[in-house]
Amino acid sequence: MSIISRRKLITGGLAATAGVGGLGVAARLAQKYGLIPPDHGGIYGPGETLNYAFQRLTRHSLAREFSRSQISTLPFPNDTAPPNEEFKRLRAGGFADWRLAVDGMVAQPGSFSLDQLKSYPTRSQITQLACEEGWSYIAEWTGVPLSHVLNLVGVHPQARYVVYRSIEPDWWDSIDMTEAMHPQTLLVHAMNGGELAVGSGGPLRMRVPRQLGYKSVKYLARLTVTDSLKKFGKGMGSSAPEAGYAWYAGI
Amino acid sequence: MGASAFPAKAVRPRHTAVVRVTHWITTLCFFALLVSGIEIVISHPRFYWGEAGNMLTAPLFVLPIPSSRAAVVTGYRYVLPDQNGWSRALHFQAAWVVVLTGLLYVISGLTTRHFRKNLAPAKADLSPRALGNSIGSHLRLERPAAAEAWSYNALQRLTYLFVIFVLFPLVVWTGLAMSPGFVAAFPATVTLLGGQQSARTMHFFVTLALVLFLLVHVVMIRVAGFRGRMRAMITGQTSTDAENT
Repeated sequence: MSIISRRKLITGGLAATAGVGGLGVAARLAQKYGLIPPDHGGIYGPGETLNYAFQRLTRHSLAREFSRSQISTLPFPNDTAPPNEEFKRLRAGGFADWRLAVDGMVAQPGSFSLDQLKSYPTRSQITQLACEEGWSYIAEWTGVPLSHVLNLVGVHPQARYVVYRSIEPDWWDSIDMTEAMHPQTLLVHAMNGGELAVGSGGPLRMRVPRQLGYKSVKYLARLTVTDSLKKFGKGMGSSAPEAGYAWYAGI
Repeated sequence: MGASAFPAKAVRPRHTAVVRVTHWITTLCFFALLVSGIEIVISHPRFYWGEAGNMLTAPLFVLPIPSSRAAVVTGYRYVLPDQNGWSRALHFQAAWVVVLTGLLYVISGLTTRHFRKNLAPAKADLSPRALGNSIGSHLRLERPAAAEAWSYNALQRLTYLFVIFVLFPLVVWTGLAMSPGFVAAFPATVTLLGGQQSARTMHFFVTLALVLFLLVHVVMIRVAGFRGRMRAMITGQTSTDAENT
């Protein structure tokens, strides 16, 4: 064994050094090009990072859209937390006082009523909502592209993420600016040609069709544009990773 | 053992280091994928065909097991704890490792002519009579001849080729076809399978086929001599080496 060990030791050592150096360079580049998800820590960090980094190669792809005949006759309204008192009050008023607040790294922070949002150009798309549990349904979602609202308020150039919150406490998520400006990312206010039902997230729901259902947060009340997710919750980008789920839910 | 182990080590190993290392990484990943996959299925033990399916859709079939979601009516009066968070993370991380390991194995197998030398069956062994004899001796659980410690029989070769080039690619493909991000970029991966729920159902059946392979594989290892075959896949030494030394 000692006869072969010197050459093996040298080549092995060189390979290991190159490997560690390579990883270091890769990590630096990944950081620079925004390939590191906010929940990259822990033993499953490498998998989450690979999932997120590789989807960047296809970041301009469009979620599949379906024909009207493929719309699920019975879309399954997933059980959600019972609406809180504020929600009940707003609902009693026909959601006339519902506001979507927009703040953070924007030129003009402010808030939008549902009527204002509905007056903007809308997009309708028939896409699939797939739950991480395995079930799914297809529906027609109508709303204003998030990019339209972001352009209205003027996003600072250094902004990297949009944090969005439900009116329900502790229900929030975030997406990177690529996903936020994606044409299919909608602030949805109508579904299958009618009002967006409360069970489906009405009166206002985020819809991110290239990711699993849990990114499509219901009862949307606030958008915050930011360059870092560190100060939000535990700094992992959404309440999902705090419950053990991935921040990037495109898989 | 001791000093006499040296000459045995110097001879060609039964399995190359690449084959041995990739075999055990794959084994580890397979168990991680299986356990996490079972956990994920428990959250919705119903299967569908086509694009969409949910609690309000007629299922293709339902596994008679309890669920980890209250919304799934199973007939059991309890709901299992939600384990999907770590299960999904482990599932995809193990998938990355097993796919990269599989690529390394396939590239190495092509460049070292491993597939042609060790896995492609000889023409003569593919005659109906030869195959029939081989199937018969396998079903009778006959202990293989000593020469088989150095080479795979035709049935083994066909099975391994099927697992490597059909089942493994299929399980990866049907898995990717469930990813909303992946199918947005490559829609054909799911439309060719008939829809996202069809892909999920196929993922389940390909997994069953892989589990069946694993069970038969382990039984056959037991029949051929568990210690010898394990030693060959761990250290590269065959049982005949060990008997000689």
